[in-house]
Amino acid sequence: MQENRGVWVYIEQNEGKIEGVSLELLGAGRKLADKLEVPLAGVILGDSIRHLSDEVIYHGADEIYVIEHSVLKQYRTESYMKGVIQLAEAYKPEIFLYGATPNGKDVASAVATDLSTGLTADTTMLDVDVEKRLLEASRPAFGGNIMATILCKKHRPQMATVRPKVMKALPRDSSRKGRVIEEKMDLREEEMRTKVLEIVKDVTKPGLADAHIIVCGGKGMGDERGFQLIHELADVMGAGVGGTRDVVEAGWIGHDHQIGQTGETVTPKIYFAIGLSGAIQHLVGMKNSETIIAINKDPHAPIFGVSTYGIVGDAHEIVPLLIKQFKEAFKKGGEKTHA
Amino acid sequence: MHIVVCVKQVPDTKIIKINPKTNTLDRRSAPAILNPYDAHAVQAAVKVKEEYGGLISVLSMGPPQAVEIIKKSVEIGADGGYLITDRAFAGADTLATSYALFKALDRISKDKPIDLIICGKHAIDGDTGQVGPGIARRLDIPPITNVIEISDIDLKIRKVRVKRKIINGYERIETGLPCLLTVEKEINPIEYSPLPNMIRAARYQPVIWAVSDLDEVDRTQLGLKGSPTIVGKMFTPPKPEGGHVLEGTPSEQAGQIVEVLLKNKELFSVN
Repeated sequence: MQENRGVWVYIEQNEGKIEGVSLELLGAGRKLADKLEVPLAGVILGDSIRHLSDEVIYHGADEIYVIEHSVLKQYRTESYMKGVIQLAEAYKPEIFLYGATPNGKDVASAVATDLSTGLTADTTMLDVDVEKRLLEASRPAFGGNIMATILCKKHRPQMATVRPKVMKALPRDSSRKGRVIEEKMDLREEEMRTKVLEIVKDVTKPGLADAHIIVCGGKGMGDERGFQLIHELADVMGAGVGGTRDVVEAGWIGHDHQIGQTGETVTPKIYFAIGLSGAIQHLVGMKNSETIIAINKDPHAPIFGVSTYGIVGDAHEIVPLLIKQFKEAFKKGGEKTHA
Repeated sequence: MHIVVCVKQVPDTKIIKINPKTNTLDRRSAPAILNPYDAHAVQAAVKVKEEYGGLISVLSMGPPQAVEIIKKSVEIGADGGYLITDRAFAGADTLATSYALFKALDRISKDKPIDLIICGKHAIDGDTGQVGPGIARRLDIPPITNVIEISDIDLKIRKVRVKRKIINGYERIETGLPCLLTVEKEINPIEYSPLPNMIRAARYQPVIWAVSDLDEVDRTQLGLKGSPTIVGKMFTPPKPEGGHVLEGTPSEQAGQIVEVLLKNKELFSVN
């Protein structure tokens, strides 16, 4: 265990593009590595991805481990897991972080089992106990009104998946230099049990995770017809539409729109919380939004505890006023910029 | 075809309360339910059985009361179930849980080989999603997570095709049987249970095993002892102060919000 040294970040790339969360983790990992006085390394696997090494170094890494192989063209648990395990066993990091994306969680779960080590899921806070060299990975527990710090004392590496959009990436610094370590891997396509037949990107519907503005409605909208107001307000701004667990379960809107612990975590610039009280499992999915505007009849609703601006009132009265005034003001504003 | 669905009894986190003094769960405050994602997993198995035939078993690890969720699974359409319950399992994290379930699956497959394992995406109390892939690794079968559709099962060439959710879309995957799938809610709606299922469920008693009923168990890998992770501390996040509650008539308040919005004009994707 004492021989384990260094902080590693799994760099997730899709079609040659590094996922944002991986850069965020390089930022967070840099702090941990500096405290522990060890190097920060990235780990990247794929086909023709060598050119991404520089980007990883520019964003804070001292080292980058690269495995290139034609079999790694698309993400598959069995091939990626094998590569990550090979590197971890050869170079023995003490801390290993992954983005909590579908593929990041997938590979981390498999790797943790094979390495027989601890893995903390969906971390939102990271720190280290320098003396004991312990990773302190904290995450919301039981819906998010309490935080639990998870420790892995006797096994290495200490692993965690980290929620996207929680940590901050460092500014890109192209003067940074680092060491590139290329590793070979023995993989044969005919030995793969799993084949990716097709990848379909849903471009018609931008994911809520990417939306700059989100309008989210809750039970307070009354019924499915009342919920239409949420769509109308979103439409005038070109915003994304979200729903609480209650309204998703009631079928007013699809699962893809659920925001909260069992749905999406979002951090838009502006978040409208309308007709929802702010149950703990909802707050955990949206409270890091930049500006939160809440509309609720109940002045004691917990949502007002996290909102930037609160309106105590009936959504069915306020929202139509908002739509009307927004349309008028936006038209005026538009004319001004044209003039 | 033999399908095993792994299910978990969880406190309904929608209504659970935390004791602010001790930072522990007030378990009396929340009813224990079948983890919602696991209900979808059982339903997915029912759909597969309707098309391809076979037998559905559910497997759970938990306290003796967890028989209730096995009965609930029978209501949805499972044929039977197994509960492994023992003090030695207590305090297990995801690594120790996947080990215990793996040992139980091993025992089940000796009676009847398993073709497909289905798990919910994650449990709503732990929220990790790590146990399913852990079981698959221990059985050395392919784990496919975030599945939203199961199709084209071919028992002769032992293949299955699934749709798997990824960032901004999905991928279609073909893999060999046996394999382990973890499913999202959108895989299916939960259907109303037919009356005969409900009657059967009311009387159903699952097979109950203790550690001593499983073969070649390494006890050091079970429960708290076999868990590399521990909870260091629980703390309440700093209470948000909350913001500015607006005043004035509804129309004036709406006006103030519009002012805020217009400061961020670059965000609007409208013409």
